[in-house]
Amino acid sequence: MNWAEFFAMGGRAFYVWGSYGMVLFVFIVEIILVRHRKNIAVQQLRLMKNVGEEE
Amino acid sequence: MAINWFKYSSPSTFYGLVGKLIPWFAWLSAILFVIGLYIGFFVAPTDMTQGEAYRIIFIHVPVSILSMLIYLVMAGYAAMGLIFNTRLSSMMASALAPTGALFAFLSLWTGALWGKPMWGAWWVWDARLTSELVLLFLYLGFIALHAAIDDPRRADRAAALLAIVGSVNVPIIYFSVQWWNTLHQGSSIKLSGTSMQSDMQQALFITLLACWLYAIAVSLVRVRSIILERERNTQWVTELAEVKQ
Repeated sequence: MNWAEFFAMGGRAFYVWGSYGMVLFVFIVEIILVRHRKNIAVQQLRLMKNVGEEE
Repeated sequence: MAINWFKYSSPSTFYGLVGKLIPWFAWLSAILFVIGLYIGFFVAPTDMTQGEAYRIIFIHVPVSILSMLIYLVMAGYAAMGLIFNTRLSSMMASALAPTGALFAFLSLWTGALWGKPMWGAWWVWDARLTSELVLLFLYLGFIALHAAIDDPRRADRAAALLAIVGSVNVPIIYFSVQWWNTLHQGSSIKLSGTSMQSDMQQALFITLLACWLYAIAVSLVRVRSIILERERNTQWVTELAEVKQ
């Protein structure tokens, strides 16, 4: 099987790669979102801490 | 030596432990995806009746199984939070819900893309598909209900009740192909043996494990944020290395 045949998936490329593509997309977006949420949480705690020390 | 089993039920010790475990789950998941998909695409043979389109199975079946499994784990944690009043259990339930919802969505999406070439329809109101759609709505309902109540402890209890009642849907999804005469096919893998070719089966088990580890890793990252958000007024949180710097 060469690469062209591999990507063609026997004429079902749209369905096969549409499935795997969406899974990959969702996983990447979810990973970005959970990491972003973690960073926000830590940043807010730092801010709260700094405000607390100034008072 | 006595082991203190409750040690890790406190958010502060759990936060530290989980932080060390996440990279292991994440990397193992990535490696298993590569191996599983390699076997699935390059080793497993072409299906006699479905051609190459059957290769959707290596992602459709894992995400579908996990959408149900995550729901049961979520409902279990929610119930534990309700019964024992443990904060961490409820946080785990909240952390699992978005991942579960995404898996349910992916199950429907990959199913639609498999249904179109095989059945000629993106969607049919078949028992399996409909009950899976209900599962997605249960996840979304859990998330929405939790978000709608300001007091997090009250939100935990209300959402837990929804999760527990909704868990009735999981056996309905699972047995739908036996109870009703559905378009969706029955299980190829049963306790009594399997009707699958061995490479296909191997690829499927490996991608299932990979999805499982992915779900664990991403939920644990999310639960750590939830812990920080909800424990922000406690001493141990302000003493964390990442907060102190």
